[in-house]
Amino acid sequence: MGRFILHRAVSTIALLFAISILTFLIFQAIPNGDPSVRLAGRLATPPDIENVRHQWGFDKPIYVQYVKTMGKIINGTVVSYTQQINVMDEIKRALPATLSLAIGAGIIWFSLGVLFGFLSAMRAGKLLDRGLTVLALIGVSTPVFFLGAMMLYYLGFKANLFPLGNYVKLTDDPWQWFYHLLMPWFALSVLFIGVYSRVLRGTILDTINEDYVRAARAKGISERRVMVRHVLRNSMIPVISLFGLDFAAVIGGGAILTESVFQLHGVGQYAADSIFRLDVPPVLVISMLTAFTVVILGALVDILYALLDPRIRL
Amino acid sequence: MATTESTGTEFTSDLGTLAGEEHAPPGIGPYRLAARRLRRNKVALAFGALFLLIVIICLLAPVYANHIAHTTPSANHLTDQIRIDGKLKDVVSESGIPTGPTWHGRFFLGADTNGRDVAVRLLYGGRNSLVIGFIATFITMVLATILGTAAGYFRGWIDAILSRVFDLLWAYPVYILGIALGVSLAVGGLNLGVTQLKGNSLGVPAVIIGFIYVPYVAKPIRGQVLGLRSREFVDAARAMGQGHTRIMFGEIIPNVTSTIIVFIPLIIANAILTEAGLSYLGAGVQDPNPSWGTMISDGIRLIPSAIHLTLVPGMMLVLCVLGINVFGDGVRDAMDPRAKVRIEH
Repeated sequence: MGRFILHRAVSTIALLFAISILTFLIFQAIPNGDPSVRLAGRLATPPDIENVRHQWGFDKPIYVQYVKTMGKIINGTVVSYTQQINVMDEIKRALPATLSLAIGAGIIWFSLGVLFGFLSAMRAGKLLDRGLTVLALIGVSTPVFFLGAMMLYYLGFKANLFPLGNYVKLTDDPWQWFYHLLMPWFALSVLFIGVYSRVLRGTILDTINEDYVRAARAKGISERRVMVRHVLRNSMIPVISLFGLDFAAVIGGGAILTESVFQLHGVGQYAADSIFRLDVPPVLVISMLTAFTVVILGALVDILYALLDPRIRL
Repeated sequence: MATTESTGTEFTSDLGTLAGEEHAPPGIGPYRLAARRLRRNKVALAFGALFLLIVIICLLAPVYANHIAHTTPSANHLTDQIRIDGKLKDVVSESGIPTGPTWHGRFFLGADTNGRDVAVRLLYGGRNSLVIGFIATFITMVLATILGTAAGYFRGWIDAILSRVFDLLWAYPVYILGIALGVSLAVGGLNLGVTQLKGNSLGVPAVIIGFIYVPYVAKPIRGQVLGLRSREFVDAARAMGQGHTRIMFGEIIPNVTSTIIVFIPLIIANAILTEAGLSYLGAGVQDPNPSWGTMISDGIRLIPSAIHLTLVPGMMLVLCVLGINVFGDGVRDAMDPRAKVRIEH
């Protein structure tokens, strides 16, 4: 266990550095992307721009700029180029919306994905299975921003059932928080429910033919117990590993499309907006944040594996 | 069942029982078996046909534009009027609201805010979306096959480096990487050494998407190659003095072909969806080129007044991706050696 943690910690740090370097290089490659021109403002004279360039250190070699920016990120004082506000504060402001979206949607897509996958496998080849398969495939074929826009139009605008986007703080009004997030939760979940139910259905159908399932039946255990304890439990591994990755990506701002179609002003939307402003520091921090959550949840998933399947050693 | 007419040696009877599961004569290849299973899956074939139909319609975009709609995808008809049921109507009303579907040759599916024909743009946009999907898939499959095979075959430091690169791209959020590359390349274009891609070229999103999906295919291929490299036929090839390149292309890659085939429809579907997502965010296909994603993106801003601008490209996109997904699902069931087990239950 100790070795596992140490190994993971070292590779995580290496990965975060690699990601930050990659992000930095992508933005360095942009021609006319010189941030000092935009920082100096619209009416700046060439000496003004030169001044800003010197002040912010854009005249230094790339690696010096990189090391300086990383230093600021580590001690939390990094400032965005265009708005010149502390990036960490902005992320803290955006994080509740993203976390609310991720946790609610995660609960919905995991439970419905497992439920539909299980039902589909139990009735494989029957009408229910076919119906669920069609729904799952429609789900994975629909882009979330289109689905979200349609929900906003038909359920929000036409039927007036739901509010038209935006995020309300949980601490301000728990009911409005829930009410505003209901559509985004489901819109984001549809794709994942489709994927998970298909994956789970496949693994259950593979597991059913395993010897230990036959052995369990031969022992005379009730069918229900065989299905839940032996088949479902052993089929959960691929779904859990998917969930770890997807959930981490959403927490880290990966649900950019959902966040922007519902105007949730979360971390993902902040990242997207910053990219369009060619504002490197927020993008650096957010891409590292996402990668970090992906790696950490990946490690948690591996630990969970070992609990689910005693044959797996860490 | 094949043993009845065979000489009855143990060897042939073994073959007989193996092939007998499929009620086929012995000696039929795995691909013919897969094709046979796929042919029996009428739903998959129907959706495959739907996808093919959409591809053909989109390829016929210039014909439709010239002979039926009499316009081009970027021609504005802002001040034009059209005759609907004998009455003249502005293509775009004075308050800026475009007309909806007329169900006639001109403006069959309505106009957008610039007075451009939505049906014409839908077909041209579909062509662009599909071209990007295909090019991106081609890039992904070629790079993933070569890199995945090399990583699994050579192991050692080549594998270590390639696997770290895959992990890096894997952990990097897809859309953040896509937008970052999209924005930076849309501004600067891409210098490929041999040719130069302009910033608004369709090649830019295609290359970005193709690049993003490499680890998703390369990792499974690497895993399979790791298992294949120590098999007898590879040892035999090595003993015969074949070089690494020859072993990889002649012995290993043919054995991962089924994995590659299974991934192709999946990656096409995802590439089309990713193109739409990037274009929706403004980091994909650039003006003046239409694509389904840019059309949806333009339409969403006008949603209460002109829903057809979002609905038309959105439905087309869903149908197209659904077609390839159901077909791909059928291909996977047909190629997967365990598919029989799944059908039984």
